[in-house]
Amino acid sequence: MNDRAWVATRKGLFRLQRSPDGWRIAQISFLGEPVSMVLPPVAAGPHRGRMLAALNLGHFGTKVHASDDAGATWHEVTTPTYPEQPAGAAGPAWKLQQIWSLEAAGGTLWAGTLPGGLFRSDNFGQSWQLVRSLWDQPERAEWFGGGYDVPGIHSICPHPGRPDELLLAVSCGGVWHTGDGAQTWKLRTQGLRATYMPLERADDGRIQDPHRIERCAARPEVVWCQHHNGIWRSADDALHWQEITAAPGSSFGFAVAVHPSDPGAAWFVPAVADQCRVPKDGALVVNRTRDGGETFEAQRQGLPQADCYDLVYRHGLIVAPDGQSLLMGSSGGGLWATFNGGERWQTLPLRLPPIYALRFG
Amino acid sequence: MARVVFTPQLRRFTETPEVQTSATVLRQALESAFEANPRLRGYVFDDQAHVRANVVIFIDGQRCDDRTRLDQTLRADSTVHVLQALSGG
Repeated sequence: MNDRAWVATRKGLFRLQRSPDGWRIAQISFLGEPVSMVLPPVAAGPHRGRMLAALNLGHFGTKVHASDDAGATWHEVTTPTYPEQPAGAAGPAWKLQQIWSLEAAGGTLWAGTLPGGLFRSDNFGQSWQLVRSLWDQPERAEWFGGGYDVPGIHSICPHPGRPDELLLAVSCGGVWHTGDGAQTWKLRTQGLRATYMPLERADDGRIQDPHRIERCAARPEVVWCQHHNGIWRSADDALHWQEITAAPGSSFGFAVAVHPSDPGAAWFVPAVADQCRVPKDGALVVNRTRDGGETFEAQRQGLPQADCYDLVYRHGLIVAPDGQSLLMGSSGGGLWATFNGGERWQTLPLRLPPIYALRFG
Repeated sequence: MARVVFTPQLRRFTETPEVQTSATVLRQALESAFEANPRLRGYVFDDQAHVRANVVIFIDGQRCDDRTRLDQTLRADSTVHVLQALSGG
């Protein structure tokens, strides 16, 4: 699906439709309410056509709504809920703060949350179960917040050919793999490095901050990572990570978009540095590689090149199945589109609320 | 009978019946309201059945600072207001 996209924002969910003139807003849902994540209509399987939106109501907590008609109407479904917290349990309170990631695979829904719990639903949100096999990992005691006060799961990457296999990423808690339908989990962080930690813990997998990970759909063993300390790539399903150092300007950022069929192609949006999270010199740039990270090109055409201070957060950069159409949204509400892989971008004439997530589909 | 009244702000999400209850402590009174509309529970309570951080409860005009025990005594003519705190935007 290359001609429909969803923009989850601080003040509502916007459906975009592509026409010969470009993207336009076709529908608005939950106007005024924070929508932290959206799952576009599922393409296949028992829940084909159904979609979800995760709200994060300022007063009344997280809520989940489902739609069977592409967002024309919605109804509330069950919200994932943490079980009763045992007395004296260490770590963050067992209270749902936010749904940060939503994926569907093989009839199962997966929801990644703050404060770090993974939930699954096998009936499209009528009920949810906390995945205790991950929540009860002793390594979770070392996790800490990255961007929020508590840890969170922001990336869930089902393997397209193996329904029992998932990769997920935690800020800050590393990259985790299951190959048995979430019964057991292993850290997969070899090669990642955390310079924000004491030197003796820089290689500790439990505290890595992968800002975002994404698979190549056609070559799912290839995984790209925008990490707090730079860019990494794995060619063996995250068993080993190789650092990519060729990105021009800066390798600090949050988002990564991976070409759906070319495992060597990916896009990143650099900011100055950890301590200065704005575009360098006020000029918005997208860095693209097409050779696995050996070289990059800095895409600037059509992007603001002066007085721009937008930050593109984790879920703010996406590529469509055609590999050519991308959307980029910022925490300042800016929205940009390209139809040729970023050779030329265009600024959409919209003033949106802060953008939390973009999805095609 | 004590009375439990919910902020009209909640009506855009779920039904908010005004409840008359014979409960004599706050948590029981809230549970009576949740029986009338079970979905209300998740809007007022968090996962651990504590009052949400940005919800505030008044009993006869007095704000309840306790969010966990909810064992405040109600009179037969008490009014409980469940409101949104003025946080967020």
